[in-house]
Amino acid sequence: MFTHDRAARAAMLLLSLTCGAALAQAPTPAPGLSPGLGKPISLEDLAPWDISIMPDGTGLPPGGGTPAQGAAIFTEKCALCHGDKGQGGIAGALVGGPPRASLDGGKTIANFWPYATVLFDFTRRAMPFNAPGSLSNTEVYALSAFILAGNKLIGENETMDAASLPKVKMPNRDNFIVRFPERI
Amino acid sequence: MTSHRTQPTVQEPEIVAGNGLLHRRALLRRGLTLAGAMGAGGAGSLTGAAAEPLADPPWTHEIGGIIPPYQVASRFEKNVVRSTDNPRNEPRNSRARTPHHLLKGIITPNGLHFTICHGGVPDIDPAQHKLVIHGLVKRPLVFTLDALERYPMVSRIGFVECGGNSAPLFSNEPLQESVQAIHGLASCSEWTGVPLAALLEEAGVDLKAKWMIAEGADSPRLSRSVPLSKGLDDAMVALYQNGERIQPGQGYPMRLWLPGFEGNMNVKYLRRIKIANEPQLSYYEARTYSQILPNGQAYRFYFLQEVKSFISSPSHGQALKEPGVHEITGVAYSGTGRIAKVMVSADGGQSWGLAALQDPVLPKAFTRFRMPWRWNGGPAVLQSRAWDEGGNVQPLREAFVAQRGQTSKPPSVLAFPSQHFNSITSWAVGANGEVKHVYA
Repeated sequence: MFTHDRAARAAMLLLSLTCGAALAQAPTPAPGLSPGLGKPISLEDLAPWDISIMPDGTGLPPGGGTPAQGAAIFTEKCALCHGDKGQGGIAGALVGGPPRASLDGGKTIANFWPYATVLFDFTRRAMPFNAPGSLSNTEVYALSAFILAGNKLIGENETMDAASLPKVKMPNRDNFIVRFPERI
Repeated sequence: MTSHRTQPTVQEPEIVAGNGLLHRRALLRRGLTLAGAMGAGGAGSLTGAAAEPLADPPWTHEIGGIIPPYQVASRFEKNVVRSTDNPRNEPRNSRARTPHHLLKGIITPNGLHFTICHGGVPDIDPAQHKLVIHGLVKRPLVFTLDALERYPMVSRIGFVECGGNSAPLFSNEPLQESVQAIHGLASCSEWTGVPLAALLEEAGVDLKAKWMIAEGADSPRLSRSVPLSKGLDDAMVALYQNGERIQPGQGYPMRLWLPGFEGNMNVKYLRRIKIANEPQLSYYEARTYSQILPNGQAYRFYFLQEVKSFISSPSHGQALKEPGVHEITGVAYSGTGRIAKVMVSADGGQSWGLAALQDPVLPKAFTRFRMPWRWNGGPAVLQSRAWDEGGNVQPLREAFVAQRGQTSKPPSVLAFPSQHFNSITSWAVGANGEVKHVYA
């Protein structure tokens, strides 16, 4: 193995010397048979796809919106499926619902969702159903604010933005049990 | 016994458990034993009556059809299809379920593999598809399909099972539904692709990181957090399914395959893997695939598809035409390894006999089990129970429900009251031969 590794490293060194500065700065760790065909990409170039929002708010973009601003957008783009006040229609309810979920159903934003950031992340990537990814960040903040206010999880005049959204205390946040902690 | 040895071809098979379960050795005797065991069939039975005189059917005297470039099943097999729950592509999830009762091997034909899409099936041009690996890596990298084709590949047979498969069994009353409706969200294929570890290594993954966030190119850009340890273990970027390119319903042109892990985590249309220290807690892990418990708490990060089996035939909706020998068969599988044994009962769990396991018995793959059974024409309740090589056993219903709960009233068969159901399925055979779903 040792001689194999040395030969591979020597080959990579030669490759990096002949292929310019980019590879020289980041030599590939010489996987035995890998053709090494991944193309380097800068953080700027991959940013349009880097849409993950973490529970602590990491990844949230600039912008912000209020429940009132969200109400107008909701009427235009969401109410057809989710009902005029978010009470549900051909798609699930976003506001209200039973106080607790059970095996009979009733997982709601208010009684189940652990983090408000999930609302922003999912709405931005997956909604509206027929035009996912079409909402601006400001629109997504405003819609998040409208839905959170409708569930009385924030006040009617609160602005949701990168600082405030992760701070919204979701009632069910601490009610989850990691099933197999030893496997993580 | 001595007198039987003088006539070995008609030796009666050994009974191994109540209500007519026969020793699995009977399956190895090329049918001679089973013919001898028919006995009780008697006059008028389908198999006992004399055959008709033979005559040529029309197709023997005419030229056959054109050989098609891509072959499909006989027109007489039109009932062997998936059941779909959103045929008009309304704005909601859509699913197609595997018809286990009509299949007999361990490999699910590609056209019959179960599919769940959360925003329809995307129509992806493989030449434009890209996979990016970034986050806690030394070198963020982009891979095209052409590039991945150049990598050393591996092939492995294994199952994919939706975390919500078998969810109708959370009903407090047995729904009168088929094995397809109940267990149709699990399938098994040979997957071929590039070990993910090779790509993570090439990107210079930070081995101190704990998670990788996988994301698809479908309309919801479905996203799941996976322990990095799984990504470095047996995870695969799968490009081929049973030898041909992955079907659109399975993630064309590439999917993440995590042997033994919850179906939804096997992200289809894979376009991004972000290495991170923390899980994202995406919609699908924070909400959908968190299982509500009777006390109001919920499981998170279940991941593992635990040891399970079900009888595919005979099963609900089928009918036994006459008493005599029948084969009970089904599949067993475990997300932790190989199946070690399957026991079958014909009396609702009062007694059990060891089923024959059909080779190959592979880790994290369907294993076909078979059990010869002489039905005496009376009531019977058929069950199977599996053990895996790690010593894990399929729980009995009472114990399972005590831990995981059930509904207070029967739900729609399309509902998912909870997930990760791996207890016993029971099929009752009536005196008329009809098979019904029961709890026993």
